[in-house]
Amino acid sequence: MYVAVKGGERAIGNAHAWLAEERRGNREVPELSLAQIREQMSLAVNRVMAEGSLYDPDLAALAIKQARGDLIEAIFLIRAYRTTLPRFGYTLAIKTGGMVCDRRISATFKDLPGGQILGPTFDYTHRLLDFKLAAEGGDVPDTPTSVPAAGPVPHVMTFLNQEGLIEEAGRPDGANSGPATGQMTGAHQAAQTHDARTPDDIPDLTRDPLELPASRALRLQALARADEGFTLGLAYSTQRGYARNHAFVGELRIGMVTVEMEIPELGFSIEIGEITVTECESVNQFKGSKTEAPQFTRGYGLVFGQSERKAISMALVDRALRWDELGEDFAGAPAQDAEFVLSHSDNIQATGFLEHIKLPHYVDFQSETELVRKLRREVAASCPEAAE
Amino acid sequence: MSDYNFAYLDEQTKRMIRRAILKGLAIPGYQVPFASREMPMPYGWGTGGVQVSAATLTPDDRLKVIDQGADDTTNAVSIRTFFEKTAGVATTERTSDATVIQTRHRIPEVPLTEDQILVYQVPIPEPLRFLEPRETETRRMHSLEEYGLMHVKLYEDISQHGAISTSYDYPVKVEGRYVMDPSPIPKFDNPKMEMAAIQLFGAGREQRIYALPPYTRVVSLDFDDYPFEASKADHPCGLCGAEDSYLDEVIVDDDGGRMFVCSDTDYCRARCEAAQ
Repeated sequence: MYVAVKGGERAIGNAHAWLAEERRGNREVPELSLAQIREQMSLAVNRVMAEGSLYDPDLAALAIKQARGDLIEAIFLIRAYRTTLPRFGYTLAIKTGGMVCDRRISATFKDLPGGQILGPTFDYTHRLLDFKLAAEGGDVPDTPTSVPAAGPVPHVMTFLNQEGLIEEAGRPDGANSGPATGQMTGAHQAAQTHDARTPDDIPDLTRDPLELPASRALRLQALARADEGFTLGLAYSTQRGYARNHAFVGELRIGMVTVEMEIPELGFSIEIGEITVTECESVNQFKGSKTEAPQFTRGYGLVFGQSERKAISMALVDRALRWDELGEDFAGAPAQDAEFVLSHSDNIQATGFLEHIKLPHYVDFQSETELVRKLRREVAASCPEAAE
Repeated sequence: MSDYNFAYLDEQTKRMIRRAILKGLAIPGYQVPFASREMPMPYGWGTGGVQVSAATLTPDDRLKVIDQGADDTTNAVSIRTFFEKTAGVATTERTSDATVIQTRHRIPEVPLTEDQILVYQVPIPEPLRFLEPRETETRRMHSLEEYGLMHVKLYEDISQHGAISTSYDYPVKVEGRYVMDPSPIPKFDNPKMEMAAIQLFGAGREQRIYALPPYTRVVSLDFDDYPFEASKADHPCGLCGAEDSYLDEVIVDDDGGRMFVCSDTDYCRARCEAAQ
């Protein structure tokens, strides 16, 4: 005999207890410390900071630990925490030209001022499992060091720009509008764009509802926190012919930049911290139009931490989304469709809505069942063979 | 949980949400964009409803939370606990004792009163979404009152199935103006939407709030020759015997035996107690 289901509260409590136990795993194995996660899983930490839109390696490490290594769950924890933080104001746009580069490469020039700096990259490693790592305690040999070159490292784009071969970044008329003024928590700006826009002119994705059509500033904010896998897939699709915009990596740089904020009482800006970012500027083809001579066009990617795959993907998708302002055809490709991209790029929204179908739907399902039964009865009455 | 503000959200955010609610009440059925926040439960779990409830609750309120009509479904328990912790408000399972009721997928069977607010959790606020995926386009259609596409869809249902094959989430027209998504309540509940209580709808992921002031005219879309029909399983409740309540279908044995019971657990409990 059925009795009304009770016990939801107890079930939830027990499930949480079991979850905590599973998170800890075998208690004979030492527990992970946040410092271990922060230092040895740093690329996971970077991804959580980037998509969580909060630059805090320790909190990201905590989120990863709490989420049992599920990075989207960790990103969610960070987002939910971030939204409760007070908003003191907006920082100045970061100046990536002044970056202390750990890595800086250009695929378009063999050599250039500032040099090619390979940095800590997987690129030329052979992907062979290193069984020495399995035996714990292996000391890392000392890395050769050298003194970094002094002074700012100029952006590759400036050299192309001198010849007029590439579009200007950030024209004030909004056409070809460059990456917009940065906020520490969202959008960012290429170092060479010094336009006069104030934070008031830049929409804030985290404080205003997303409105469409979205400006490039808003699109870049969304892409900066977009799911890495989704962005990668979209970017890859442009390489395979869905809105092809053949991209060169004009420059990819990773390193530390200072974050400055203007303090109203002081009347000038002060440095409030340092963050590591990855910046990618892509150089893309452009055929030219009746009014414009052929020139290269730009895509822009900027991500917290070392996140090359994401930064390059972002640059390609940014470029694909610019078809309208560049007078290109809409080829119907997903990567060109700003509404499609922006509505589906946020993995916290996506995973929430996807997974919510686990929640009870028996009211709706019962009404569907009733309807199907009714329709089948009617078909059976009018045409007995069809129902068999 | 003193680290958080009353009902979790900061006052600025609540003010922003209240403005959206007031605008929604002023334009019944119109979807007001609002800057939805990430909540500590996932999108799809009722973040829109939770934000609307958070902006609506006062310390004197008594909250009831239901999911599928029941107070004891896991997510209803979770949301009720959330507000017990973050707002410290009194909670209840009795519909008539509640001042604010947050619901997913149902309207309580007992008629609500002018002293009550019903907050709906809404997954997809746009009734035209599955006919036109683009938000830019659907907003234009609403502003031009261009609802022909919806009627074509309902007509195609009839020509194909002999009936309108929408059994929940059944579109309504509000005060003769906006076509509105009632959230995925069964169409059995649609006629109840003309009620004395304020009805607020929150869609967190989609960043929309809309509202129905008390006694607003809410008409389920239909045709003269195919009038709207609020339907339910053709059984009495197996526990309380009610013939006027919406029923859940429960499989009770390995042979697939079925039993039908009230989805509104408070209604069922009250009837069972009264019978004893």
